[in-house]
Amino acid sequence: MTMHQPKLALGPVLYYWSKNQLLDFYQEMSGAPVDIIYLGETVCSKRHSLNTGDWLELAARLNAAGKEVVLSTMALLEAESELLTLRRLCENGRFSVEANDMGAVRLLAERNTPFVLGTGINVYNDHTLRFLAGLGAKRWIAPVELSQQTLASIQAERPVGVETEVFVYGRMPLAYSARCFTARYHDLPKDDCQYRCLDDPDGLILSTREGQAFLALNGIQTQSAQICNLLHELAALRELRVDVLRISPQAEGTGVVIAAFAAGLRGERDPVEAARALNAALPYGACDGYWRGQPGLRQAAEVG
Amino acid sequence: MAVATPSPRSKPLELVCPAGNLPSLKTAIDHGADSVYIGFRDDTNARHFPGLNFDAKTAAQGIQYAQGKNRRVFVALNTFPQPDGWTRWQNAVDQAAELGVDAVIAADISVLDYACRRHPDLPLHLSVQGSATNYEAIRFYHEQFGIRRVVLPRVLSLPQVKHVLENSPVGIEVFGFGGLCIMVEGRCLLSSYVTGESPNMCGVCSPAKAVRWEETANGLETRLGGLLIDRYAPGEPAGYPTLCKGRFTVADQTYYAIEEPTSLNTLELLPELQKMGIAAIKIEGRQRSPAYVTQVTKVWRAAIDACRQNPAAYIPKPEWLRELGKVSEGQQTTLGAYHRTWQ
Repeated sequence: MTMHQPKLALGPVLYYWSKNQLLDFYQEMSGAPVDIIYLGETVCSKRHSLNTGDWLELAARLNAAGKEVVLSTMALLEAESELLTLRRLCENGRFSVEANDMGAVRLLAERNTPFVLGTGINVYNDHTLRFLAGLGAKRWIAPVELSQQTLASIQAERPVGVETEVFVYGRMPLAYSARCFTARYHDLPKDDCQYRCLDDPDGLILSTREGQAFLALNGIQTQSAQICNLLHELAALRELRVDVLRISPQAEGTGVVIAAFAAGLRGERDPVEAARALNAALPYGACDGYWRGQPGLRQAAEVG
Repeated sequence: MAVATPSPRSKPLELVCPAGNLPSLKTAIDHGADSVYIGFRDDTNARHFPGLNFDAKTAAQGIQYAQGKNRRVFVALNTFPQPDGWTRWQNAVDQAAELGVDAVIAADISVLDYACRRHPDLPLHLSVQGSATNYEAIRFYHEQFGIRRVVLPRVLSLPQVKHVLENSPVGIEVFGFGGLCIMVEGRCLLSSYVTGESPNMCGVCSPAKAVRWEETANGLETRLGGLLIDRYAPGEPAGYPTLCKGRFTVADQTYYAIEEPTSLNTLELLPELQKMGIAAIKIEGRQRSPAYVTQVTKVWRAAIDACRQNPAAYIPKPEWLRELGKVSEGQQTTLGAYHRTWQ
């Protein structure tokens, strides 16, 4: 029997990068060993380095380079203009779409196009998953706070034909707000934010008054400061028959991370050793607590 | 500001008050709540706190008390079941239906689906935990589960609320007063990141068992899951260490980086909310005392009645604001996201 071989996916860029930075990044990624690339702005509709047309063009280029492309949609939809963009993405007619809000699920189900349930959709049990599969969900990503044990229970009852994806590397999206925390830090009103999130391509680190970093502010999104890294759990992920492993982009070093996961999957590198090497280079450390059913920011000692 | 009289057809704004136990429920009804919302004594609701909530007997008593006075009782089953707890949520839905509650307030698709298939006559409201911030999402829940009302997350500005309302197939309930979630409800995992327990999975945020208070040479320190949330100088009033309301450091600044310890108070927005056709105003605070419920219900009953009688002349009375100020977190209130500049 051959070993279950998950695919590698690159999540959407969660930060605000300049057009050049985005295009350079995806130029590099078009040659990286990832099978799936999620594209699009999911955090703030004011960010405009690339417009919808630009994203679609980029999608076509990456698709031509052999990547499965999925268009990711916004997590927090409020304005009518945001719904207009959402409709345009849902009606693109070529690429599948990742829903990050139930409004997107409605539009996609209506069109009978298979879709992906992103981190913005709460699937905590197999009943919910089965219901959404009935509406056309072909893949779901587990909420980052789910433990390995809960995931195993869902996997045991997973509807046929639905792929399971796990967030295996990156700063975890933990919360969304109406307030822009980047603008608040700069003492600017949200309506005149001056796009200051461009200054911090990996977000702004938030620490306790004792200097313990634990969150990263990314506009209206709050992330973990620690990088969730599950590379050392590769054997467990395989055993659970997880189909897709998601790596969330950071401004630096994403290519190295992808290479480490790819080498682990090919059996060329010991995953625990490789995880340890990646974690040693992280300024705020790694975490895997959620996976082990603990507070998310904790980290298993063996991979430090 | 000039506000037109509501059309004679418009229904009065419903006042929905919290009840963490039977005395709170009774006092809410006695002081003018149109409806109360309660939870059962387990993790099926988002206020799963020790000593709080209703068992079958007290729930039946409360429902009898309220319905006997032509008021309504809603049951919140608004957390997200995981596979090993699924039967608990099923039982809770069945129990709510058997008790004859006036609505179940739910968030998870599995719970909504079970309730609408098993108990087609049981009215369903989409909880704030369902994170529906736009009318497409509301239509989804309406089409799939026949929800009759949606509770909006506390993240929309007034014009955004109005736009949602104009396109919504169901009535809109908004938060009017109480603790303020700065994050979209149902989409905040900050608590589990630090303590292992979140509103979605466990029905708690910043749980008391993870809290530590310590007098130190630097002042009084509050910790959550070991993490320093705030530190108070002598004489400075200290608050409960809710994760998002601490003072933290970003680059060179130490400040309330996420939100100040403050409560939502929309008393001054009542004429606008009434005019746009909001169905109900919700008061937060099932975890608070019967005295809080009494005070807040009294003020809001008086305000809603005054506003309905003469919206053009309505202004919040200073004594109302004073009374609400006394029970507010950090003795401060804000209009929250309803007022755009807050965002």
